[in-house]
Amino acid sequence: MKKDRIGDPLDRIDGRLKVTGGATYSGEYKLPGLTYGVLVPATIASGAVVSIDTKAAERALGVVAVITPFNAPKVPGFQPGATGAAKPVKGLKLFNDDQVHFNGQPIALVIAETFERATYAASLVKATYKTAPFETDFRKNFDKGVVPNEGKYKDYVRGEADAYKSAPVIVEQDYMLPSEMHNPMELHVTIAFWDGDDKVTLYTKSQGVIGSQRAIAGAFGLDVANVQINSRFVGGAFGSSLRTWPHEIAAVQAAKMVKRPVKLTLTREQMFTLVGYRPLTIQKIGLGASTDGTLMGITHESHSQTAVYEEFTENAVNVSRFLYASPNANTRYKVVPLNVGVPAPMRGPGEATGSFALESALDELSYKLKLDPIELRLRNYADKDLERNLPWSSKYLKECYQLGSERIGWGNRPSTPGTLRDGEWMVGYGIGCGAFGAYRNKASAKIRLSPDGTVNIESATSDIGPGTGTSMTLIAADTLGIPAEKITFRLGDSSFPVAPTQGGSQTCSSVGSAVHDACIALKQKLNTLAGLPADSDAPIDYSGILQKLGLPSLELTQESQASDEAKGYSMYSFSAHFAQVHVHPLTGAVRVKRLVAVVDGGKIVNHKTASSQMIGGAVGGIGMVLTEEAVFDDRYGRYVNGNFADYHVPVNADIPDIEAIFIDKPDTIINPVGSKGLGEISLIGVAAAVANAVYNATGKRIRELPITPDKVLLA
Amino acid sequence: MITFKVNQTPVNVDADPDMPLLWVLRDLLGLTGTKFGCGVAQCGACTVHLNGEAVRSCVTRVSRAAGQEVVTIEGLNSDHPLQQVWATLDVPQCGYCQSGQLMSAAELLRENPNPSDRDIDQAMSGNICRCGTYPRIRAAIHQAAELQRKGGANG
Repeated sequence: MKKDRIGDPLDRIDGRLKVTGGATYSGEYKLPGLTYGVLVPATIASGAVVSIDTKAAERALGVVAVITPFNAPKVPGFQPGATGAAKPVKGLKLFNDDQVHFNGQPIALVIAETFERATYAASLVKATYKTAPFETDFRKNFDKGVVPNEGKYKDYVRGEADAYKSAPVIVEQDYMLPSEMHNPMELHVTIAFWDGDDKVTLYTKSQGVIGSQRAIAGAFGLDVANVQINSRFVGGAFGSSLRTWPHEIAAVQAAKMVKRPVKLTLTREQMFTLVGYRPLTIQKIGLGASTDGTLMGITHESHSQTAVYEEFTENAVNVSRFLYASPNANTRYKVVPLNVGVPAPMRGPGEATGSFALESALDELSYKLKLDPIELRLRNYADKDLERNLPWSSKYLKECYQLGSERIGWGNRPSTPGTLRDGEWMVGYGIGCGAFGAYRNKASAKIRLSPDGTVNIESATSDIGPGTGTSMTLIAADTLGIPAEKITFRLGDSSFPVAPTQGGSQTCSSVGSAVHDACIALKQKLNTLAGLPADSDAPIDYSGILQKLGLPSLELTQESQASDEAKGYSMYSFSAHFAQVHVHPLTGAVRVKRLVAVVDGGKIVNHKTASSQMIGGAVGGIGMVLTEEAVFDDRYGRYVNGNFADYHVPVNADIPDIEAIFIDKPDTIINPVGSKGLGEISLIGVAAAVANAVYNATGKRIRELPITPDKVLLA
Repeated sequence: MITFKVNQTPVNVDADPDMPLLWVLRDLLGLTGTKFGCGVAQCGACTVHLNGEAVRSCVTRVSRAAGQEVVTIEGLNSDHPLQQVWATLDVPQCGYCQSGQLMSAAELLRENPNPSDRDIDQAMSGNICRCGTYPRIRAAIHQAAELQRKGGANG
């Protein structure tokens, strides 16, 4: 019998659906009586809505309702002191009051029989405002940065703070990253409909159907079991669907008001203001080393943008606490509240931001020391986690350096910048490393064996693109010892057993463990029923055993969580990215010619989908370093490039061949499969690798992303 | 009523002549394989063939299709070498942009049975993929071109 094993390159189980147009995404469900919602954005950046004239909109053909702060039904979770099933909703509460916090904040929602009629009627809604002063200029407001969590966020100090200042060799530099938009290709969309007053169903773009279920239940004071969330296919999200957004609650609220299904789809421009982004951040890195390259101090400070109405924080500075073995390290972190939409974690969230700064500074230090950047990293290699004072559960970063430098041809790198040419192009090489926590949360899965030997597994996880269903199928096939085609894995449905939100690279570790444990439990049960010891290794005849036992089917649900042993270890995925770039001396154009991504992500479950995941993250990193920047007009507090023509995500011609190399050694501590996670680590470190290669090619250090031709020429 | 052919089947739609072809396909005909990504011809997710030519259906009025032949992802020969290779090389991740990618690639292969990397980059750079599937798109087009040259397909 054919065996499918963990580590095999299994074809994506929904690949066929995705190449024939057969995959149905959340906005594509046809419901009888469906109405369409279109949001009306505020045109001021701060102040209050004095009045909204909806008469013309309400008279327009096909309009069912216009919701404003003046007529919106109260959302229980928006009210102060929400109790019982109602839970206080965090963040922006649409149509709950007259306050405007940022330009583009929705102030009304038009519901109509067709999308066209809703769009037209939305243009007829006229608001009058009482404007208030607003601030959107990050640099101008830099000094108004506050310590997060009402001042309770703790700065980190190991040894002596700012010890770098007294070292013989010092690098002290600022690095700037502009706001970057997730911009998944699928727009955020929600279809909501009620069944009576206490049951609601949503088809919505979600990275976590259980999280969405709890959020909607909390907002509307409903029994969790009465909220059904469906999100079977998600057209990319990258962090933008980790939470339940105000427009999703608004769709549910509208459906309640009009007593019909409502579909609310954001426009591409609204995707820039309503569903988060990687926040604009300025970081200062101080590195101090002895003349032999031993780090004596690392200081990492960060200021990043947040919203006036909700605080967003991320781990921008954390990487500097543990990635290198400096006896002294300290970090400081502040956020600058502005009249902007709230940020959200974006692939490799703060770690990608922080790694750009730290790994760039380390590169600068290597030139000051006249030391190879890899050698500098080796001299400061952390054999344990000095931040937590714990051993690593596994760490193969040295092996990453080795494999990557061989593969990229590191020996061709000029030690003096700006000295290697290929025709008219300047050539350079760079390295950038990353680390991201290897998380495992409690998850559960239901497994059912049918008499024909087929197995169905269900878990309320999501697949936003990594191929979750495929890797879960492979884990089950390996654990049960049956071919993958006998297994059906279903996800994206809140009625399935509880699983964590797909974020923070934890799905394979968390849900994979639940699937593994469910398969083991099924085997044990079959063995016991057959009168064998539970852990018997005797082969099981899955297609004959139920008949033999006289059972119609066998089903069980298994919960799985980390062992206590794991608490004694520090668990991270690690990566080293190597870039070769060409820079044109006359135009300043940067072309990434090759990129090699080497990752220690533990055991690789499916080499095919894992490789796609790694390459995709690298493409995101190339966008971060070379093309992406959301540009603000501070006169009006509005983005000027809220579209794909002016906000440049990488296209085919920007992307070279990218090679993903896996260390592929199981982490024996974290989970039974040994998998640590890839989604974030695939992007973290890429920006620094490319920026460092640009310096190696040109001798020009660009510390403000993206590295566009004008900056290269003017540097 | 506007009459045209979609995937070789005649259709009659009761739509404003100015309605984007994309909305007719998705909302009136239920062919949701073609995707909406921007609405202003900046992303390529809505690419379909109009009389064999790749067009952005989000900015193509349905009146332009009157009496013409439209082919969508659902009507691309289901054994098209591109679709076969796309699945075996794991090109799609989230999958949302892939209908448009495939329709652009199909036009390229028809016009240029042996495209270079540069030809592919030029032809495909109007189709954005946020998952970053570009290197596999390039590899898949080369492989499909080879399949096609060997007569393994009738795309």
